[in-house]
This record gives sequence, C-alpha cells and structure tokens, in this order.
Amino acid sequence: MIWSRTKVTPTTETELQAKVAAAREALDAWTREVVQWHFDPETGTPFWLEWAEKAGWDPRKEIRTYDDLDKFGFFQDEWLRGGPVRRWVPKAYANRPIYTFETGGSTGVPKSRIAIEDFRIDYELFSATLPEEGFPKGADWLSIGPTGPRRLRLAVEHLAQYRGGICFMVDLDPRWVIKLIKMGEMRMMELYKQHVIDQALTLLRAHDSIQCIFTTPKLLEALCEKVSLRKIGIKGVFCGGTEMTPQFCRFAVEELLDGVAFAPTYGNTLMGLAVHKPLSAEDNYAIVYYPPCPRAMLEVVDPDHPERIVEYGETGRVRLTTLTKEFFMPRFLERDEAERERPYIAYPWDGVRNVRPFSGFQNKVVEGVY
Amino acid sequence: MVHIPILRRGRPYRSLDVAPLLDFRTRQPFAEVSQANVGLIRRDMLDQRSARERLELLSTGELLEMCAKAADHFMHGSLPLGDQIQTPQDYVEQLSASTGLPHVMVRRNMGKIESVLRNMRTVLAGLTRNLDLSVLDTGHGKAGETAVSYYPRGASLGVVLPSNSPGVHSLWVPAIAMKTPLILKPGSAEPWTPYRIIQSFIAAGVPGEAFSYYPSDHAGASEILRSCGRGMVFGDVGSTRAWLNDPRIEVHGPGYSKIFIGEDCIDSFEKYLDVIVASIIENGGRSCVNASGVWVPARGKEVAEALAAKLAQVKPRAAEDPEAEIAPFADPAVAERISTIIDQDLREPGATDYTAAIRGSRFCVWNNATYLLPTIVHCESPDHPLANREFLFPFASVVEVNQSDVPEIFGPTLVLTAITGDKKLIGRLLASPLVGRLNLGPVPTMKISWDQPHEGNLFEHLYARRAFQSELVAAV
Repeated sequence: MIWSRTKVTPTTETELQAKVAAAREALDAWTREVVQWHFDPETGTPFWLEWAEKAGWDPRKEIRTYDDLDKFGFFQDEWLRGGPVRRWVPKAYANRPIYTFETGGSTGVPKSRIAIEDFRIDYELFSATLPEEGFPKGADWLSIGPTGPRRLRLAVEHLAQYRGGICFMVDLDPRWVIKLIKMGEMRMMELYKQHVIDQALTLLRAHDSIQCIFTTPKLLEALCEKVSLRKIGIKGVFCGGTEMTPQFCRFAVEELLDGVAFAPTYGNTLMGLAVHKPLSAEDNYAIVYYPPCPRAMLEVVDPDHPERIVEYGETGRVRLTTLTKEFFMPRFLERDEAERERPYIAYPWDGVRNVRPFSGFQNKVVEGVY
Repeated sequence: MVHIPILRRGRPYRSLDVAPLLDFRTRQPFAEVSQANVGLIRRDMLDQRSARERLELLSTGELLEMCAKAADHFMHGSLPLGDQIQTPQDYVEQLSASTGLPHVMVRRNMGKIESVLRNMRTVLAGLTRNLDLSVLDTGHGKAGETAVSYYPRGASLGVVLPSNSPGVHSLWVPAIAMKTPLILKPGSAEPWTPYRIIQSFIAAGVPGEAFSYYPSDHAGASEILRSCGRGMVFGDVGSTRAWLNDPRIEVHGPGYSKIFIGEDCIDSFEKYLDVIVASIIENGGRSCVNASGVWVPARGKEVAEALAAKLAQVKPRAAEDPEAEIAPFADPAVAERISTIIDQDLREPGATDYTAAIRGSRFCVWNNATYLLPTIVHCESPDHPLANREFLFPFASVVEVNQSDVPEIFGPTLVLTAITGDKKLIGRLLASPLVGRLNLGPVPTMKISWDQPHEGNLFEHLYARRAFQSELVAAV
C-alpha cells in the first residue's frame, strides 16, 4: 500500500498560489519572531549575540523577511563542532533541561545541536500526517536503528508515546558500522547487522502488540529477508536515517513490504523531519520532501553561487535554514543535492526531489588496469 | 535511447535508477543502464540453487555444443539489447563510443571471446588437465585408473567486471560449460560485452535462469562478492584490497606485467624491440597483460631511447581507422589526472621521460577526444616511484636492475617475458611465486593461451576434488 498522508482535494492554480502567498507571509512573520528572540539580550542565544556584536549590525532591525536572512552569509558547520555547547542555549531556556544531539560524526568531532522540546514538536507535527490504518493509535512500536547521541532515538519513542503506544528498542551504532567498512571488515559488518536483526525478530515474535516499525533502509531489507512483516502483524513502516532512492522505494513497495504501509522520511539533527509527497508509480516513485515550514526551509541552490536559488526542476545543492526558538541556523549548505520541487497543495512551499549525496564532492583517480 | 536492463535470472528488469553512458567524443548520453539497488541483488541471491539446477539438467556435452553456437551468435547474430536488437556492428560502435576503444581493437577482442566460446572443449581440457568431462555430469568417474570425484565449491560465480578491455570477459565465460550460473556486475563504461555474451548463450539454448546481470555501484559489487559461492573481481589496488584474503574470491588487480632482458641478450636488445613495443601498445595499452615495465641489467638509457623513438611516432586516429593503435579516454578528466601524476613523479630525481623529447606533451586532444600518447620513462633505480607503475594507456618504465636481484625485485608480476638463455636465471624464474605467467624467449606479453590458467585456474576455483571410493550395489 502506498499511502497518502493528507487527503488532498483537487485544487486550482489560483488556490495553490493563495496558499503559497499565505505560507510565505507566515514564514516572514515567523522569521522576524525567531530573529527577535535569538538576538534579544534578554532571551537570546550567546553565540548569536556575540556574532551580532562582531558583525556590527542588529538583525532585529534589518531582518524583516525570510529573504533578508541572506545577510547572514552561510552558516559554517564548524561552529557546531566542539564546545561550549551552552553558547547555543537561548538565555530564556537557561534553566530548562537541555539535550544535546549529534550528527553522524563519521570523521572528527561531531556537530552538536541542543534541544529542549523541538524534537517532540517536530514529531507531533509529523504524527498528524500518519494514516490510522498503517499506524494505528495505541499500537506499540519497534525502533531498530541509531540510538546513542542521536535525536532519532528519543524522537521515535516520543512519536510512539504520543500516539498512545510503547516503543521497544534495538540499538545500532552507525559509527561502528562506518569504521568496519573503512577497515574492510565486511563480514564483521554483516554479522553486526544480523545481530541487530536477530534482536528485532526476538522482540517481534515475543510482542504481538508491535504493529509499527521505525528502521533504516538497509535494516528494512535485512529484516524482510527473514520474515514477512505482514504475517508477523506489522501494519506500517516508518523508514529513514539514510538516503533513499526512488528505486529503493519501489523495491520496498513491490518486493519487501507485502502490502504494509510505508512512510519514507528525510530528516536530520539540524533540520528536524521533512514529510514526503505520496509516492506514486506514475511519478516513478520520486521522493519529494517538504520541510516543516516555517520551522525549517529546504532550498535548492546553485552550487557555485549558493546565494542563488535554482529554477524549478533544476538540480542544485540543498540549503537548509532552521528557524525555531531553540535553534537558529540560517543558510546552511548540506552535503546533498536534489531537484527543486514546486509547492504542493498540502505543503505550499518549495520541496526537494530525489535528495542524494552532493556529486560536487566526488573526486576519484583510478590507477592500474585489470 | 538504448536502454540496457538488469537481468534477474534472465528476466529483464527496468530500474528507476539509470546511469547514462556518454559518447567519448560529444560527452553526451547515447544510452542508459538500469542500476540495481543492493537490496534487490541481495534478495535475488537468497536463491542461487535453482539456477544451478536448471544448468544441471543439461549435460556437459550439450553445454559445449551450445558454447559453439554462442560463438556464432556473438560474432554474427542480431541479439536482444533491452527493447532493441543489436547487430555486431551496433555492438562495435556502442562499445567504442562509451570506452573510446577503436573499432579495430573491439573486433580483435570479439575474436578472442569467439575463440574461447568456439574452442571450449580445448579450453576445459587445459583447465581440467584432460579430465573426462562427464565427471561434471555424474560427480565422479575415472582419471586414468584413478577414481575421482569433484563437487562444486559454490552454487554460482559472481564476477565484478572491468571496463578497460572486452577480451577480459573470456576468463569467466567457461563457467557456463562447467554448469555454474553467473552473477555479473558489468563495468560502468562497458556493459555491452557481458550483456551480448549472455544473449548469445540464451540464443544458443542455455537457460536464461543461469544469468543474472546487475549493473550497480561499489556497494552492489560488494554484495555480489559477499553473497556468491565463488567470485572474481577485477579492479584497481584499492577496490580489490578487501578481497585479497578471501579464498572464495579470485582477485584480478593490476598486472604489472614486464619484460626482462638477461645479461646474455642485452647487447642485442634491438632484435627484440618489436616484441617489446607490441607488448606495450597492443590493445591500446589497456590490458593487465600489457608490459608496463622493461627491466634490464644494463644499457637502460639506450633501450629507453630506442623504444621512445618507435612509440613516439604513434598518433591518434579516428575510431573507425583500422590503423588505430591507441584509445582516447572516455573521461578527459581521468587522462588529465593520470598525466599530472606522472609529471609529479618525474620531478623526483632519477627518472626521464624519453618520449617527451621527441613528441612533446603526452596529453593530447584530437578531434574532440582526449588521449595520452605512449610514454617511455627511464628509471635509474627500481625504487623510483615510476619504476613499477601501470596506467590505462601505453606506458612503460625502463628500469635498470642487478640480474642477481631478479625475480624478487620485480614484485608481483602477472606476465613476465624473459629474454634469456641463462639456465640459472630461468630456474629462479620457474621457482618464483611472484610470476603469474612466464614466457621464455621473445614472446609478447599479450599472447594468451586460453587453456592456460590466468591468475588462477577457473576449474579449480569452481570445483574441488574429494576422496572417493565406490562399491555401489546396482539398484534393483
């Protein structure tokens, strides 16, 4: 089953444009509010207050629209590596319990993002897009994927709890997997994967109440080699954590899932969680994601001139802007590329089509003939 | 546009993920290849047994006849290529367009593949040392007066293929006659030959289930090698390193093939120049059996000078020109990077590019195509960074060494042509585990006998002998 998140009735271009304009207006207003918050000496974030002092201009006065955020230039990911992490905590939240979540961290010091409620808010918004038949309220969940310092672990558990269920967990350490691959220990990697899957199967067989799964694409494949998800009582699979191609989605729907509902997602620690346009065979299972506007925006920009947004349908590098009261990150260039997608009636702002690793980083010399 | 599908046990499958093939002259796509996702490969490989069972229904004799028929189809047939039909001329032009290989070289390589298919009985006789091939049908039999029994080491043979030269496909082709299904991952620029060989076999009557064909990325290639019973991998040092210690996988890395002229022959080196030049330049210098080193005990500079004088005359020619001797690079950036690497290493004292003085820069753009012209570098010592290198064009270093250090000084060498009559030296070469294929006398390194093992014996890779005794009572 390829499910639709939001029931969409036919719409006219005029209706769509009206929604686009309203969404943009809301985005501009939210931008002003978030900038005001992070640069106010009472509520603001130490990092940004210091930044503004050095920059010599007051964003509260000069940022009136979302487009004005270009004045910040590009966010440097190095700013998120190392400490002190508390410089990212808005003064208004100084006495709240603080989480710190990390990105992949395959090389060097990982990037850290602080969080208080953002992950809960993001996943509650996402929950509203999940269909009841695939992800029944009250059903228990099994999360098979990265835990440790990643927000995914708490976020999926919160999603399950928010929908009235309990979340069982099997953890996977992706940094160890990366290390095994770099060492060429493919057999050991396979054993580790089987170790994870074996634990998942044990839980699935022991708890009939589990009807929903979160997992990564690779683990989904490995799980479906061992068991029919439908026969074991699973109704929906929420899949994310790593890149998914249209071919993977088609393969999952046609050959792995045996009719179980499928919700592929694109998310990361810095953005939150994007929702996707319903998959369709007619559209070649293209994966079109829409960011959780106004809390985050994904744009597709010219890799050589990343201040310029490309035309609809054109390929470019993905640029992320995160706008929450916990975290402000303007104009961050992701390590991904995609095509720019037109607004959609359920999500009347820009989307990204077929996100994949940025090809501009590829550089390979092959020596020898064989 | 031509579309090459995945084959899942012979059944075409069109992927949503396609990779374009660019024409080396225009850099524009002229064909596309379906790409298999890893999960799809993995899922298909859960059952390798049923494909083998289909082949086991045929006798080895029947399969040998089908190989001969496949030779005809491969050379002369119009065969399916996705939704289209591919004539032999289409094949030549398509392969040339995506790899840059001149038509004359494509046809020469076609001939090699045809020869292996047509002479499969002889090839198997060489690989099995004249074993009665009915042993493969019954599982046991006699070799002379000795009872023998062989069993397959794996249900299938997975092969990760290169793009450099189509002749290399001759190496895995005998697997079908040995009842072993194939799981192939073609090279990204050369999907044409394995697809055409498969279609030739199918047209000759071999069950389609015996052939899986998965164009894919490195992860797909690894999955094939990890999941198959037995495997072969072609690739550079980096991409094959992971499989070096896996006995299931036969690794075909760089050849570092060489010619050595002994002390007894070096004063008449001029007599052997044609053999050396042919070893360096045949097939555009794109094979692992091309000589990339000419090692001598003395007179290195004169040898380098003489070789450079001949090779510097080689010029780019059109793909259709029957006199074409070198191939352009399908991706100009690769040529540029290789040339830069050589120039960087030439800055290290002790090496001289003898061809540069005659023909100028090795990097050359001609008729919209990018070439690296044949290059001869003299190295004063085997320790120089360019002394034992191999590149995807006619490149050879002339290296001066002490004969007493031979062959240990060579390091692993796929083909060694030793021009010497020195019995002691020959004895050392025959005893050396470093030499994969030994030619004694002025034999071009490119001269291949397909009944000889090449980086391993395919029969021994696919089958193992067990101890066997039988006092079977006749069935009632």
